[in-house]
Amino acid sequence: MENYKIVIIGGGPAGLAAAAAAKKAGEDSILILERDRELGGILNQCIHNGFGLHTFKEELTGPEYAGRFIKEVQDLGIEYRLDTMVLSISGDRVVTAMNRRDGMFQVQAGAVILAMGCRERPRGALNIPGYRPAGIYTAGTAQRLVNIEGFMPGREVVILGSGDIGLIMARRMTLEGAKVKVVAELMPYSGGLKRNIVQCLDDFGIPLKLSHTVVDIEGKQRVEGVTIAAVDGHGKPIPGTEEHYRCDTLLLSCGLIPENELSLSAGVELSPRHKGPVVNESLETSVPGIFACGNVLHVHDLVDYVSEEAANAGRHAAAYVQGVGRGEENVPGVEIVPGDGIGYTVPETVRANVMGDLLTIRFRVRGVYQNHFISVYFDDERVQHRKKQIVAPGEMEQVILQKKDLLAHPDLKKITICLEEA
Amino acid sequence: MYDVVIIGAGVSGSATARELSRYDASICVLEREEDVCCGTSKANSAIVHAGYDCEPGSLMAKLNVEGNAMMTDLSRDLDIPFQRIGSLVVCTDPDTREGLEKLLEKGRKNGVPDLRIVERDELVQMEPNISDEAVAALYAPSAGIVCPFELNIGMAENANVNGVEFRFNTEVTRIQKTGDHFEIETNNGTVLSKCVVNAAGVYADVFHNMVCKEPIHITPRKGEYYLLDKSAGNHVRHTIFMLPTKMGKGVLVTPTVHGNLLVGPTATDQEDREGTNTTRQGLDEVAAKAALTVKDVPLRSVITSFAGLRAHEDHHEFIIQEAPECEGWIDVAGIESPGLTSSPAIGKMAAGIVVKKYGFAKKAHFVATRKGVVKPGKLSLEERNELIRKNPAYGTIICRCETVSEGEILDAIHRPLGAKSLDGVKRRTRAGMGRCQAGFCSPRVMEILAREVPGITMRNVTKAGGASRLIVGLDKDAYDTMPDETQRRN
Repeated sequence: MENYKIVIIGGGPAGLAAAAAAKKAGEDSILILERDRELGGILNQCIHNGFGLHTFKEELTGPEYAGRFIKEVQDLGIEYRLDTMVLSISGDRVVTAMNRRDGMFQVQAGAVILAMGCRERPRGALNIPGYRPAGIYTAGTAQRLVNIEGFMPGREVVILGSGDIGLIMARRMTLEGAKVKVVAELMPYSGGLKRNIVQCLDDFGIPLKLSHTVVDIEGKQRVEGVTIAAVDGHGKPIPGTEEHYRCDTLLLSCGLIPENELSLSAGVELSPRHKGPVVNESLETSVPGIFACGNVLHVHDLVDYVSEEAANAGRHAAAYVQGVGRGEENVPGVEIVPGDGIGYTVPETVRANVMGDLLTIRFRVRGVYQNHFISVYFDDERVQHRKKQIVAPGEMEQVILQKKDLLAHPDLKKITICLEEA
Repeated sequence: MYDVVIIGAGVSGSATARELSRYDASICVLEREEDVCCGTSKANSAIVHAGYDCEPGSLMAKLNVEGNAMMTDLSRDLDIPFQRIGSLVVCTDPDTREGLEKLLEKGRKNGVPDLRIVERDELVQMEPNISDEAVAALYAPSAGIVCPFELNIGMAENANVNGVEFRFNTEVTRIQKTGDHFEIETNNGTVLSKCVVNAAGVYADVFHNMVCKEPIHITPRKGEYYLLDKSAGNHVRHTIFMLPTKMGKGVLVTPTVHGNLLVGPTATDQEDREGTNTTRQGLDEVAAKAALTVKDVPLRSVITSFAGLRAHEDHHEFIIQEAPECEGWIDVAGIESPGLTSSPAIGKMAAGIVVKKYGFAKKAHFVATRKGVVKPGKLSLEERNELIRKNPAYGTIICRCETVSEGEILDAIHRPLGAKSLDGVKRRTRAGMGRCQAGFCSPRVMEILAREVPGITMRNVTKAGGASRLIVGLDKDAYDTMPDETQRRN
């Protein structure tokens, strides 16, 4: 069996940033395992611009953004294996993987960083009745066909779901010569970024129908049309509101699911809220020495935040294999609880003596709220209160905790983050 | 002129073809789809019934019990996933308990082995998630689950290896009897045959009525299903049926041979022989009825839903015979549940009628066994590495959810009656059948098909043959055909 100090599962933006940070933290024995033909992950098919505004203060395309991290990883001399699928991870960090050259092989890792990303919710899970013809694609699959392979999956398109990939694909399909007829969104708000709604729908005159869903798919061989209908407050279609659209393609952009099969194989506890591993301030999962970052941990809005979080995971994994903080493993962390209006938080526990001077807590809200305060409570004491004009589920929010504040509350039991009315 | 033409490459047609391929005869199967297993055979409960449900003395009862008994050897010979997990007919209303006794009695008359009634305590031991209402159940240890695709594909492949010709994309449009033979018109020309086996599923009555005086009538009876993720596959250990109550019939809840959980079907009669769409009403009915026998079915883990059409004949009986007034016309009609279970026996019976009539001689060298696509997941690490050393394609994973390698997909494409479409690959390897439902692997499988199958390119590769094209053109090609700049701007 081979041995590496740190094995990183996935060579997308999270894995690359984690690897570079771990290397810069003094760790030399690092291996990235990537299932695709090249590093960069899903960014390789995101050929639109808008990446890197926070990280590089400029607008890059997805491949350009990935390219900078790939170059850094290569310049740092970090080892990686492409076309390599990880099949399982054991609780004691034995990684089993496979490729054409090495066959099936095992690596004993000192620490593992989970950076597998996420996948799209498929039609079956959306429970849309109708036929099952060709022409139904998740937005990401269509993006790969159009942007990597150069093929048009359809001419007349209806999009269900207003996640960011769906919005981006509405614009891309239009630019490539297709007619995008409508974007239907089950929720009363979009799941995507405001800027994408403006730049990808409004600028092209593509209607967005909130509180609508697809109730029937026609076409026995190829999609011939779909029926959409308005939904009530429980997401149930309202009879009599059906509208028929002739189309040959239905794109689905109905949410992303962190891809945690491997995490489960290692016995990592998952959060029912964000569907990724439960982690502490060091982004360490419930299994010691296994860390998580990027979209496998929780679905991010901007890749810049993925890179930032992943670099932290890389540094923490390096500290773990270097023995920093040994003996603190059993110190219980203070629980961070999502209160009113908050869907989840990452991390969900914090150990004051282990954390750095500052700790960013990321979260998403559960609905659209105007003129609300984001508040932080240490037990019953309100310690932060910040007004936001608008918050929406499509955009990640954050609060920053200071180490000195936590140390000043040695008996703290619970940190609550919540929305409060003005 | 063929000795025998079989219409339909579903499980009945393929079973008949395999049985006939033991004999020296020229045999051709006509199939309107691009592959075997494209109709009723691909969308059903995937159950090997024990046989207590059929009317004693009926052909259904006889062939069900025979087919069930044949399944052990057949699954071994043709490498078909099959598990005898047993079934439970659950009684949820003390007032209807005598129904279990009646079923037991029927089952014994039909020759079903080892039937017994289990009381609630034992039932809860066997099935911890059984409904709190469950009183007792009829336990049939001989019932099982099978991969319907591999059962169909295995028999068809084996028939092909033994000399049976298969013509795909060949739809029969008209048949007439001319003297001692049949003229079968298709979209691909006219085929002549001395004997016709009509195994056309929901169309069997249409073809029968073209040549026979005494008409038969088949109603497509739709059944809708939910398929759940493998994480739900252990929710029950046996196939759970509900004893009908005055509230109606339930649906079955069963593990599949691949470790998923299957729930369904509904039963809705319709006119449309192509109407395999699911409906809101039907799926809601499946969800509601699943809860009648099994607690907490995790319907949040649904990965797909589908509908199949049963070929329900008016008398609810298999018709397997030479049509009385049409010599050489052998019906294999009305094959609804337990058709999948019965299929090995149906094939044997139908072939027997043909062989007896025409006196074909047994072949000297019949190949009785077939190996399916290698399943590397079932091999040890050493065996798997040996496989990858010999063929590195087994080291490239194409479908991550079901861990299907390129090697398996190449095998599925290049074996007899190989896959030519995404669905063909899916049914043979499970690539695309997992929880992401082909989102990840479909572009990769499309590329492999375009590279490996003569005549298939990325431009014309299909989901399931015919007009089910996946790609409609190249990026920006719509602009090439626009006549002027005005339109371009719009």
